[in-house]
Amino acid sequence: MKVTLERGALLKSLSHVHRVVERRNTIPILSNVLLQAKDGALLLRATDLDLEITESVAADVGQAGATTLPAHTLYDIVRKLPEGGQVSLETAGDSGQLLLRSGRSRFNLQSLPESDFPDLTAADLTHRFSLPAADLKKLIDKTQFAISTEETRYYLNGIFMHTTEVDGHMMLRAVATDGHRLARVELPAPAGAAGMPGVIVPRKAVAEVQKLIEDLSAEVVVEMSTTKARFTFGPVVLTSKLIDGTFPDYTRVIPVGNDKRLTVDCAPFAAAVDRVSTISSERGRAVKLALSEGKLTLSVTNPDSGSATEELEVDYDAAPIDIGFNARYLLDITSQLDSDTALFKLADPGSPTVIQDRDGAAALYVLMPMRV
Amino acid sequence: MTPALPALCRDCLTPAASGQRRCKACGSPRLLAHAEMNELQLAHIDCDAFYAAVEKRDDPSLRDKAVIIGGGKRGVVSTCCYIARINGVRSAMPMFKALDLCPDAVVILPDMAKYGAVGRQVRAMMHDLTPLVEPLSIDEAFLDLSGTERLHGASPAVTLARFAKCVETEVGISVSVGLSYCKFLAKMASDLDKPRGFAVIGRAEAMAVLEPKSVGAIWGVGKVAEERLRQDGYVTIGDLQRADQTDLFRRYGAEGGRLWRLARGLDDRTVEPEREAKSASAETTFDADISDPETLTRSLFLLSEKVSARLKKGEIAGRTVALKLKTHDFRLRTRARALPQPTQLAVRIFEAARELLNKEAKGERFRLIGVGVSDLCEAADADHGDLVDTRAARDKATEAAVDSLRAKFGGAAVMKGIAFGPPRKPR
Repeated sequence: MKVTLERGALLKSLSHVHRVVERRNTIPILSNVLLQAKDGALLLRATDLDLEITESVAADVGQAGATTLPAHTLYDIVRKLPEGGQVSLETAGDSGQLLLRSGRSRFNLQSLPESDFPDLTAADLTHRFSLPAADLKKLIDKTQFAISTEETRYYLNGIFMHTTEVDGHMMLRAVATDGHRLARVELPAPAGAAGMPGVIVPRKAVAEVQKLIEDLSAEVVVEMSTTKARFTFGPVVLTSKLIDGTFPDYTRVIPVGNDKRLTVDCAPFAAAVDRVSTISSERGRAVKLALSEGKLTLSVTNPDSGSATEELEVDYDAAPIDIGFNARYLLDITSQLDSDTALFKLADPGSPTVIQDRDGAAALYVLMPMRV
Repeated sequence: MTPALPALCRDCLTPAASGQRRCKACGSPRLLAHAEMNELQLAHIDCDAFYAAVEKRDDPSLRDKAVIIGGGKRGVVSTCCYIARINGVRSAMPMFKALDLCPDAVVILPDMAKYGAVGRQVRAMMHDLTPLVEPLSIDEAFLDLSGTERLHGASPAVTLARFAKCVETEVGISVSVGLSYCKFLAKMASDLDKPRGFAVIGRAEAMAVLEPKSVGAIWGVGKVAEERLRQDGYVTIGDLQRADQTDLFRRYGAEGGRLWRLARGLDDRTVEPEREAKSASAETTFDADISDPETLTRSLFLLSEKVSARLKKGEIAGRTVALKLKTHDFRLRTRARALPQPTQLAVRIFEAARELLNKEAKGERFRLIGVGVSDLCEAADADHGDLVDTRAARDKATEAAVDSLRAKFGGAAVMKGIAFGPPRKPR
C-alpha cells in the first residue's frame, strides 16, 4: 500500500474514527484503525465490536492495499505534524512495518494485517430514511440525559427509537428513561421510517452520532434492521449494534390525568432551584416544592448544614400541594426546554409529574417525585 | 512495708487484704488485688470456650473429655474446650489435624440456635449492669461501667466479679473479665487470666504490660501488618513505644499514629452500644464441592430468603447485592452489583445474585456460596418502584403475605418450587 494525502484531511477523519477505539483493549487488533487505499481514496475504519465508524477521504493512491495501525498513536502523530503538509503512508514488504512520512518526519510503525480486522458490516438493513441533521440532533439532545447507566436494566442504556401514529400523523419518537425520569421527543416521521422496528440505540453510539453532526443543514441517512443501525453523514458512516432487549411500555407511565397545572418562568425557576440546592450535600437530595395559589416555595433541608428557601410567583390555582424532586433532575429537564416557560402537570406527592414547554409540545418529560 | 492494695475475694465478694493468700471469709485462693481496682471502669467480658462450655453444661458426661465443636464431614474447629487445647487443638484448625492431635476428642456439630440463646441470656445479664454494652460477637462484649457505682452499690470491679459468679451459677458457663481504662487493654486483660479469669491492667503498668508483647497483639494488626512491622524492626510493642511518633507517621501514615498511641495504651474509643450493621449476609459450605448450576441456584435462593428475613427484621434494606463463592481450591471470588434502588425483598436479592452466579457457574466446583446485601438504608426507602419498575408494589405485597403465613404456621408453610431439591431417584 502506498498512499499520500493532506495532513488536515487525514487528521479530520482520524478524529472521527479514533474515538471509537477504547484506550484499553484486551484484543490488540481493536486498538488499531483499518486503512484501505483504493480508487483515489483512503478508507479509515475503527470498531469496538459494538460500534464501527468508517470514513472515506480523497487521497493519491500510489499502490492499492490495506493495513491496520494503532489508532491513538496514529492520531497523535498526525495531530502533531505541521499544518498544511502532506502525509504519505507506505507498507514495507512483508515486515509488518509501515513508513509514515511528512516533511522531514519519518515514523516506522508496527502494523497488524488487515485480515485480522473484524467486520461489523450489517448486511440486511431493512429500513432506510433520511432526515435533517438538525432533527436528529434534537431527538438526541433532548433525551440523552435520561439514558440510564445502570447495568441491571441494560435495556435502558440507550435511546428507544420507533414510529407511532399520533392523531393520524406518523411520528418518529425518541425515548429514554432511567426509571426516575423519562424523556420523549417526537417529530413527523420522515418518508421510509414508517414500519421500522423499534430499536434501542446504545449510549456510546448515541454520543458518537451526536459528535458526528457537524453541519446542521445536511441530511443524515438512517438505516435499520432489528439488530443494527447505520447513520451516514456524507463520507462518514457509523454502524452500531442495537441493544438486544425490550424497551418497557413507556406509554403506561406517562400520566394523562394530572390536573394540577403549574406554569413557571424557566430561567428564574432553574436559578432558584440551583440556589436552594446548594445547601444539600449529598447528590440527589430532594428540593421541596410547596405550591399554593400564585406562589411556589422551594426549600431544601439538610440536617448537617442547614436549610434554604426561596419564593417564586407562579401561575398556579389548583389545591395546595407539597412535592419533592431531585434538584439535578429538575435542572436537567428545564435546561432542555425551548420556551421561556415550563408547564408542570402534577397529581399528588407520590405520583409522576409531567413537564413540557406547553400542552402538545414535541418534547415531554416525566419525573418521579422524591419523599420529602 | 508496701501499702495495702484494694483487694477482693472473687468467690464470696468480701474485701480482702492484699497480702493474703486465701480469703479469710471463705478460704478461696481467688483473690484479686490491684492498686487501681476501684477506679477502672471499662471491661471486656469473654465467655470461655463458649460453644464447648455450653455443650458440657448440657451433657455432664462430657465434663472430663476433650470436646471439639466443628462442622460436619469436613470443615474446621470452631471452638474446643480447654482439655482439647492442652493437646494443641486450636480454633480454625482443620478437623483432621485436630483429631490427629487429640484422637479421643468428642466432636459435636455446632448448634447455633442453642448458642445464640445462651449468648442472648448472657447479653441480657450484661445489660443489667450498664446500658453501655458493645457486643463484639455472640460471646464477648465491652462494657462501660462508668457511673454505675451508686446503682450497684459497689465499684465496677466488685460488680464484675459478682457478674462472673452469677453467670456461672445461673447460666452454667464461665467467663473471663478484663478490666482497664480503655478498650484495647480491657480486651488484652480478659485474655491474660483465661479461663475463669479476672485481670486488671491499670494506667500505671500499662506501658510495662504492653512492652514485651508482640506487635501482633495490637488491635487491627493482622498477619500482614505484623510481618511488615517486623521487617521494619518493630517486633515487640516496646519497639513501637521507643519509636519516634513522627517517624511512625511518616512510615505508615495515620495508621502509624494509631500504632504509636496504642503501644502506649492510649485508646480513646468509647463503648458504642448497638453498632449499626453495615451489611447482612448468609453463606453455606457444602458437604461436597458443587458445580451444578441448578443446585448452586437453589442454595442461593435459600440464602437470599435468609438475608431478606434479616433485613426485614431489622427494618433495613440495601442497595448492593454481593455474591461470594469459594472454589474447590479455596480461592475466594466475590462479585457485586448495585441495584436500581434499595431492596429488602428475597426475590430481588435472589434475582441480582443469580445473574452474578450465572456468569460464574460454568462448570467449576465450589465449596461455599454466600450472598450479602450492603450499602444499607431504612426500609422506608426501599422497593418503591419507579417509572420502569412497576412490579415493586406487587413483589412487596406477595412477600409480605408469605411472611405473615410463615410467622403464623412456620417457615415451611409456604415455599417456592425452587427451594425443593430434585425428586429422589426411585430405588
